Amino acid sequence: MTKLLETKLLTIRFGGLCAVDCCDLCIDQGDLYGLIGPNGAGKTTVFNMLTGVYLPSDGTVHFDGKLVNGRNPVKVARLGMSRTFQNIRLFDELSVLENAMTGAHQHSRINLLDSLLRTKRHYREEDRQRDKAYRLLEFMGLEDRAGLPAKALPYGHRRRLEIARALATDPKLLCLDEPAAGMNTGEKAELAALIRRIRDELKVTVLLIEHDMKLVMGICEKIQVLEYGKTIAKGTPVEIQSDPRVIEAYLGGG
Amino acid sequence: MPRTLALLLAGVVACYGLNWFLSEFIEVVYVDYVNLIGLAIILAVGLNVVNGLTGQFSIGHAGFMAVGAFVGAMASILFTYGEIAAGPLAFAGLGSFLFCLLLSGLAAGALGVLVGAPALRLRGDYLAIATLGFGEITRILLTAQDSLGGPTGLKRIPKMPLLPGTETWDGGTSVFWIYLFVFLVVGLAVRLQRSTFGRAMIAIRENELAAETMGVPSARLKVVAFVFGAFFAGIAGALYAHYQHSVRPDDFTSVRSIEVIVMLVLGGLGSVTGAIAGAVVVTLLPQLLRPLEEAMGIDGLSMVVYALLLIVMMVFRPQGIFGQRELSLKLLRGLIPGRRGGKTP
Repeated sequence: MTKLLETKLLTIRFGGLCAVDCCDLCIDQGDLYGLIGPNGAGKTTVFNMLTGVYLPSDGTVHFDGKLVNGRNPVKVARLGMSRTFQNIRLFDELSVLENAMTGAHQHSRINLLDSLLRTKRHYREEDRQRDKAYRLLEFMGLEDRAGLPAKALPYGHRRRLEIARALATDPKLLCLDEPAAGMNTGEKAELAALIRRIRDELKVTVLLIEHDMKLVMGICEKIQVLEYGKTIAKGTPVEIQSDPRVIEAYLGGG
Repeated sequence: MPRTLALLLAGVVACYGLNWFLSEFIEVVYVDYVNLIGLAIILAVGLNVVNGLTGQFSIGHAGFMAVGAFVGAMASILFTYGEIAAGPLAFAGLGSFLFCLLLSGLAAGALGVLVGAPALRLRGDYLAIATLGFGEITRILLTAQDSLGGPTGLKRIPKMPLLPGTETWDGGTSVFWIYLFVFLVVGLAVRLQRSTFGRAMIAIRENELAAETMGVPSARLKVVAFVFGAFFAGIAGALYAHYQHSVRPDDFTSVRSIEVIVMLVLGGLGSVTGAIAGAVVVTLLPQLLRPLEEAMGIDGLSMVVYALLLIVMMVFRPQGIFGQRELSLKLLRGLIPGRRGGKTP
């Protein structure tokens, strides 16, 4: 299998606090990779470094064979890495469909004059974005809500819309930041099935941050555990579940 | 494209018709209001792309207008007379007038890139102060240019060119030219808003970080929005200069920038129809209140009432007249009772 994402000794310090310390990630194409850990372990910070929001203090990020460090979020998105946010960040005033269409903006090959003069290219691009967004809304089960403003969506649907929007960027790697947070058991099960389908049907590699152990153990094939910015375990769900350090981190040492 | 050309032709005909109607049937004083409203609409709809659509709070719009006014006026004077000289006003040639307008727009637009590229890295209040500073610096620099008349500015700016059949119209062709650009800026703003670029701009306004991680080039689009506003502010400045036949740096104080902001906020930030409504109200209100002032015999009363009305408006309808909605047939239909609730027994 080919390596899609590899970080080496990825480190970030905020003042005296070392939020992530020498994190090595290695994700192959087609993986469903889980990144777990207690609150404040640095999981979201890792995401922020991967997607160009934070500049790492040290270490490297290679994505799809290219060095990512120092690229801004826009460039990282163009390389094919997309993400969702722990605290949902939708474009509230845009409709559900338009939110998803915005994800497809980066692949548009038209310029401003095409849109101002309403050339054929403009209409073709609008159709392309609308079709793509609509297909993804269908995939996420949101097609009935396409015309609603995003702010009118209930919580669980907002999370799904974020995933649909991220998928509209045609990512090679989709980073999901606690997609199941605040969901009930039934919603979580649906979401788990969806995430698996994203990997299997859409062929998108998934990196998942999640608190819910059951969800992660259920769908991820590889798991990495962070605590206080350090990796304390790596392996299959079975290995992780029996790892004494993980048990200690989650249940507290005796 | 063919539709664009047809629309443009229809716009030209409509503006010609409007100008004919006004000069034929309406007193010159009122035509003046119509023209001032037109100029205000060009400014407001242009700035709405920056402040409303992209959510970048700029309050230096008068600066771009000033640059456009002086560039257009100076170019037009040189084209028409060959030098700054005394004498009766002449008509600008059609070609040179259009060229001057384009030059004004391009000059203001280029300045928009120069100012916008660094300033738009700032957020919120900082951007507001930077753009305010830009507007004031522009005005003060213009005051210091002796070649542009210094504080007294430029005079004897040529009249807007006549069109076939307009020779006998009193008041000239200013309505035609001003509303031609009203038509253009509104058409282009609506098309921009309803395109992938407009959605991307709204995305930046709604959540910049999310927009960037979706690959929306926010730095570039903010500059594009800024240049769009600056270009049309420049053209509005040139139209204003040709309309007044004289222009001074002090025509473009920060008060004018604020006035445009008031139009946007009053009409509803982010709505093109709101910007138009705001431009109409803010331009007309002081004029409508003047008779009241004269009747009461208190100087400055109109400004007090005007301010009070704005405060009342912001208290009871902070989202503006239109909010973010556009006035459309659909919205109007919704207002007619019985049309929507057709299913109720």
